Amino acid sequence: MKLIGWAIALAAAGLTPAAAQAPASATSDNKAAAAAPAGATTAAPAPIVYGSVGHQIPTPGVGMPVPGAIGIEEQVTPLGKRAAHFHNFWLMWIISLISVFVLVLLLWTIFRYRRGANPTPSRNSHNTFIEVVWTLVPVLVLVGIAIPSIGLLRAQYSSPPADVTVKITGHQWYWSYEYPDNGVSFDSYILKERDDPMRTKDQRFRTDLDGPPLLAADERMVIPAGKVVKFLITADDVIHSFAVPAFWTKLDANPGQINETWVKVDRPGVYYGQCSELCGARHGFMPINVEVVTPAQYAQWIASKGGKMPGAQPAAAPVADAAAATPQPAAAGTATPPATNQAATAQN
Amino acid sequence: MSTIPADALNLKPHEAHDAHHDADHKPSFFVRWFMSTNHKDIGTLYLLFAIVAGIIGGGISGIMRWELAEPGIQVLNHIWPLGAGAGATFDEQLHHWNVLITAHGLIMVFFMVMPAMIGGFGNWFVPLMIGAPDMAFPRMNNISFWLLIPSFILLLGSSFVSGGTGLGAGTGWTLYAPLSTSGSSGPAVDMAIFSLHLAGASSILGAINFITTIFNMRAPGMTLHKMPLFVWSVLVTAFLLLLALPVLAGAITMLLTDRNFGTTFFDAAGGGNVVLYQHLFWFFGHPEVYILILPGFGMVSQIVATFSRKPVFGYLGMAYAMVAIGVVGFVVWAHHMFTTGMNVNEKMYFTAATMVIAVPTGVKIFSWIATMWGGSISFETPMLWAIGFIFLFTVGGVTGVVLANGGVDNYMHDTYYVVAHFHYVLSLGAVFAIFGGFYYWFPKMSGKMYNELLGKLHFFTMFIGVNLVFFPQHFLGLDGMPRRIPDYTPAFAYWNKVSSIGYLITLAGVLIFFVNILWSLAAGKKAPNNPWGEGATTLEWTLSSPPPFHQYSTLPKID
Repeated sequence: MKLIGWAIALAAAGLTPAAAQAPASATSDNKAAAAAPAGATTAAPAPIVYGSVGHQIPTPGVGMPVPGAIGIEEQVTPLGKRAAHFHNFWLMWIISLISVFVLVLLLWTIFRYRRGANPTPSRNSHNTFIEVVWTLVPVLVLVGIAIPSIGLLRAQYSSPPADVTVKITGHQWYWSYEYPDNGVSFDSYILKERDDPMRTKDQRFRTDLDGPPLLAADERMVIPAGKVVKFLITADDVIHSFAVPAFWTKLDANPGQINETWVKVDRPGVYYGQCSELCGARHGFMPINVEVVTPAQYAQWIASKGGKMPGAQPAAAPVADAAAATPQPAAAGTATPPATNQAATAQN
Repeated sequence: MSTIPADALNLKPHEAHDAHHDADHKPSFFVRWFMSTNHKDIGTLYLLFAIVAGIIGGGISGIMRWELAEPGIQVLNHIWPLGAGAGATFDEQLHHWNVLITAHGLIMVFFMVMPAMIGGFGNWFVPLMIGAPDMAFPRMNNISFWLLIPSFILLLGSSFVSGGTGLGAGTGWTLYAPLSTSGSSGPAVDMAIFSLHLAGASSILGAINFITTIFNMRAPGMTLHKMPLFVWSVLVTAFLLLLALPVLAGAITMLLTDRNFGTTFFDAAGGGNVVLYQHLFWFFGHPEVYILILPGFGMVSQIVATFSRKPVFGYLGMAYAMVAIGVVGFVVWAHHMFTTGMNVNEKMYFTAATMVIAVPTGVKIFSWIATMWGGSISFETPMLWAIGFIFLFTVGGVTGVVLANGGVDNYMHDTYYVVAHFHYVLSLGAVFAIFGGFYYWFPKMSGKMYNELLGKLHFFTMFIGVNLVFFPQHFLGLDGMPRRIPDYTPAFAYWNKVSSIGYLITLAGVLIFFVNILWSLAAGKKAPNNPWGEGATTLEWTLSSPPPFHQYSTLPKID
C-alpha cells in the first residue's frame, strides 16, 4: 500500500512540473532542494528541478535493489514479468524440490543405514529399473523446463516494430545515449557523493532524489511508457554490458559490434542498473539510469534536449493513448520550456 | 657414440648392487625432492604446492570479503597487498581490486584445485590403484610439477609490474579482450599470459602421462571396467585437459600477438572480433570446470563406497556418466556468453545442450545415495566431507539448471547469483572433495592417523562457514548485484555482511585443519595398512602406510 502511495506521489510530480519543488521537500533528503541550486551558481547548467522530466523522483524499492531482499527485483516489462514468473513459480519450485528431495534421501539413508542400525551391509550394487528411472525422470523434468524456456527465448527475440530507438555506447567509464531519430545525444556519468574528495566544486552531487549511492547518474536515458523501445548497444573501448534488472535486460556492449534488444515498459518510474562486464578500474562506477515517462512527457523531454520528434509538428497526437497523459499534451505540443533545461552535452 | 668402450657398461656389479636394492632406499634430500622421478614424492610436492597456493588464494578472498563487508572503499586504500598502497590514486585502488579478483580466480583454478586433485591425488593414487610401480614417464612427471613453479612466480610477479591503470593484471581470470589487449598496457598481462602458457604445458604433459599410465600400466587383470572410479575420473579429466588446454594456449597466444605484434584477432578495427576470444576461451573454460570437479567425483565415489562398506552402486553407469559429462562438456561452452548478443537459435541450442549435462550428473548423485543405501555407514571425517559434497553439489547443480536457461540468464548473468553457483560447485564441491580425499588418504600418505575430533570440528565449522559465505550471494545476485565490483549501493550491505562473517567462520575451520595436520604429522598415531576396514577394497590399502618408496616389485593380480 505504501508503494501505491509512492506511485501516486510520483505521478503527481511527473504531471505537474511547475509544482516540482514540493515533492522534493517531502522526501528524506531535505538539503537537496537547497543544495542543488547552490551548486549550480558556479556552473552554467540550470538548477535541477526534481520531479520534472529527466529528474523524476525514484520510488524506493522499485527499479533498484531492495535492502536485504532475497528475490528478483519487481519487473516492469511484460517479458520481465513472464521471465520472473517462470523463475519464481516454476524453476524455483523445481530446484527447491530437487534439493529437498536429495537432502531428505541423504538424511534418511544416514539415519537408517548408520552402522549402529545396520551392522551388515548389503552387497547390492545393481538395479536396472531404478537406474533407468533416475535417468528418465530427470530427462522429463528438464523437458518440462526446456519447453517454457525456449518459448521465453522466442518471445524475447520477437521484437515488434520499434517506436523509439536509443543507441547506447559504453565507455571507460560512462555511458552515452543517442536518439538517432530525434537528434538528441548526451553522456551519462555517475553522480559523486557530496563529501567525495574527487568531486570538483561545480560538480553536482548525488542526493536521494537522484537515486541510491553508486546507482545515480547525472543524466538519465528517458523513454516513453507503453512504447516499444529498441536499444542498439555498442562500446568504443572495451566490453561493457548494459543491464537494467527491472526490465530483465542485459546485453553486452561490444566494441565493433552493435547488439540489439528491446523493451516495452508499462510503468513510469526510474530504473537503475550497473555495467555488468568487467571493464577496468571504475567498472563499478558507471551506473545506468532509465527514466520511463508518459509519451507526452517524453516529447517534452526530447524538446528540452533540443531534439525533435520524428514526423511533423503534431508530435502530441500519437501520445494521447497513454492512460495518465490527459492534462499534458497541450503543454507538450507548444513546447513550453520545462523547468529544467539542461544542455544536452556532457557534464562530468 | 662408439667412443664408449664396451667394458664401461659394468653390468655385473650393478646387478649385484641391485639385488639388495631395498625398496625403501631413498635418494638424498636434494635428489629426492628436486630431481624426483617418484610419483608419490611428486604427488607430495604437488599437494604442498596446492596448500601454499590455497593459502595465498584464500587470503586474497579474505581481502575481498573484508572490502565487501561494508559499503565504501575501506581496504583497497591500505598497504599492499591489502590495497594499492599509500599514495595510490582512486583508480589505482580500484585496479588493485581487479588484480585481486584476477589472482584469486587464476590461483584457485590453476594453482590450487588442479595441482591438488590431478597432480597431488592423481599422482599419488592412480599408480597405486591400478597396480603400477610408477607413472609411465617419471621424468616428464617431474617437469610437469616444476613448470608450475615458474608459472606461479610469473603470475605473482605480474602484480609488481604495470598493468595499465595500476600494478598487476586486472582483467579477470577470463582475460577478455580488449580489456586484456588495448585495455591493459604494461607487462603485467603478458606475464599472466606466460604464466598460463606454462601452467597449460604442465597440465598437458601431466595429461599425457596419466593417459599413458592408465592405458598401459594396469596390473594383470585390472581391466578398464575394473578400475576404481577415481582412476576413471582422472582418465576422463586427462582427456579433457589434452583437448581443451591447447585451445586456451592458442587463444592467449593470439592475445599476446594482439598486444605486442600488431595483430588484430580480437580488434574489430582490424577485422577481428572481440567475441571470438570468448568462444575460444570458453571452449577451454567449460571443460576446465569439469576438469576441476571430475577427480572430486572420483574421490567421493571411493570414500562413499569405503565408509558404506559396499561396492559402488551402478559402477558402469558411474564411469560412463563421467565420460558423458566430459563429452557433453565440450559442446555447451557458449552458455557463458548468453549476453554477448548471440542469435536466438544459438541461444536455444546452448540452453538445451547445457541442460543435458544435468542428466549424467543426476545419475551420479543418485548412485552415491544408492551406494549408501543398504550400507553400514560410519561417519569418519572423509565421509562427512563426501556427504557434504553430495548435498552442496546438488544445490550448486540446480542453480546451474536455472542459469542454463538463456532467457533467464539475462537477469543473473554476471551477478552474484553466478558467483554463488560456481562457488557451490567448486568451493563447496571441489574443495570439499579435496578435503575429503585428504583426510581419506592422509593415513596412507603420511603413515599417521589424523585427529578425528579436530577433523570433524573442521568439517562442521567449514560447512557452516562456506554456506554462510555463499548462500546469501544468491540473494545478492537476484537483487541485482553485479560481479567484480569493489563497492556497492547500501541495499546490498546486509547479505554482504553475512557473507563476510561466513568467511571468518570458514577461516577458523581452515585453521583447525592446519592444526590437525601439523599435530598429526608430529604426534599422530601410527596408521595401519588399512585404517578404514572392509569397505576399503582398492589396491592402495594392501600396501603399508606410508607405501614403500617403490611398490609392486611383483605386480598384484586382480581377478
